[in-house]
Amino acid sequence: MTAEFGAWPLLLLAIAATYLWRGLGVLVSTRIDPRGAVFRWVTCVSYAMLAGLISRMTIMPLGILAEVPLADRLAAMVIAFLVFFGWRRKVLPGVAAGVVALVLLTLARRGGWLGF
Amino acid sequence: MRDEGQGRGSVIPEPVPRNIVRRAVLDALGMPSLVLLASMTGFGSLARESALGLEIALLATAGIWGLPGQIALAELYAAGSEIVAVVMAVSLANARFLPMAVSFMPLLQPGLARRGWLYVLVQFISVNTWAAGLRVCPGLPGVDRRRYFAVFGTVCMTAALVGTAAGHMAAGALPQPVTYGLVFLNPIFFALIFADARDRATAFALLIGAVVGPPLHLVSPDWSLLATGVIAGTAAFWLARLPWPGTHP
Repeated sequence: MTAEFGAWPLLLLAIAATYLWRGLGVLVSTRIDPRGAVFRWVTCVSYAMLAGLISRMTIMPLGILAEVPLADRLAAMVIAFLVFFGWRRKVLPGVAAGVVALVLLTLARRGGWLGF
Repeated sequence: MRDEGQGRGSVIPEPVPRNIVRRAVLDALGMPSLVLLASMTGFGSLARESALGLEIALLATAGIWGLPGQIALAELYAAGSEIVAVVMAVSLANARFLPMAVSFMPLLQPGLARRGWLYVLVQFISVNTWAAGLRVCPGLPGVDRRRYFAVFGTVCMTAALVGTAAGHMAAGALPQPVTYGLVFLNPIFFALIFADARDRATAFALLIGAVVGPPLHLVSPDWSLLATGVIAGTAAFWLARLPWPGTHP
């Protein structure tokens, strides 16, 4: 139970430290021109951070996804993209195909169906 | 009214409901809620396996409201890391909320008498709500933008809390491959949300960010996201300003 006790202050600090970015964002946003260059630069930074995060989560995941081979993660991502673009850019079939592909690849490796 | 985002995907079928609250609920109940329900189930079971209680997991979902940071919290806690290290890692994993808030919150300002509300509404920002807000809000009058965003965010957060609770209770009962799938659902969904960006600056930012993200992570796991954002974002900003063929400066 000591672990449980220590989790509360940790969580509250983590929430505050995350809100800091949001609050700062509001503060800054009320002071810059939404049609100006600074605004467009910040938007670029947002997209770059999101893309960097997605690619890091796929190529170098932390935690349990690291147990899945890189080839399987990449294959699942490629399948998701193929189905997405092949199916009139619908998100649901793309996401479903990617997730199912990852689960099946994992099962296939466990069952030795892939031969490696 | 519905096509400001260059017709990205199809979130809801036409005809569009005229009532803004109803529209927000319907938009959120589709893909966003489904994805949150599933991916937060992954987080809930991870939290349980990391010895975090149900209340902690639920508060983490609503309070941190960003899956990468939540996962960092659960995993570093389980690993017994120093409290300062955990808080810093969680915070930096969510640093994207600063530029996201800066680029979105001005949309919610028109006609708002009390600016304090922005500090409440900003808590709802996530990849999901940000993308939907950027797509839908520009076509709405000020009051409706705030209503739409608040309702959309509330539905999303509710779905996420239900998912967190379900995952926490079902932890251990889920087969390992299914847990992998649930956790991987998140990056796949994020990737597809942005897959058909047509705006040149956005496309450059996404491409360069995706390329430099992983190598920078090798240099510094904590600071890599901030560095990725500044380096790739700045490069994309300048590249998009070059005189490209077919543009009218």
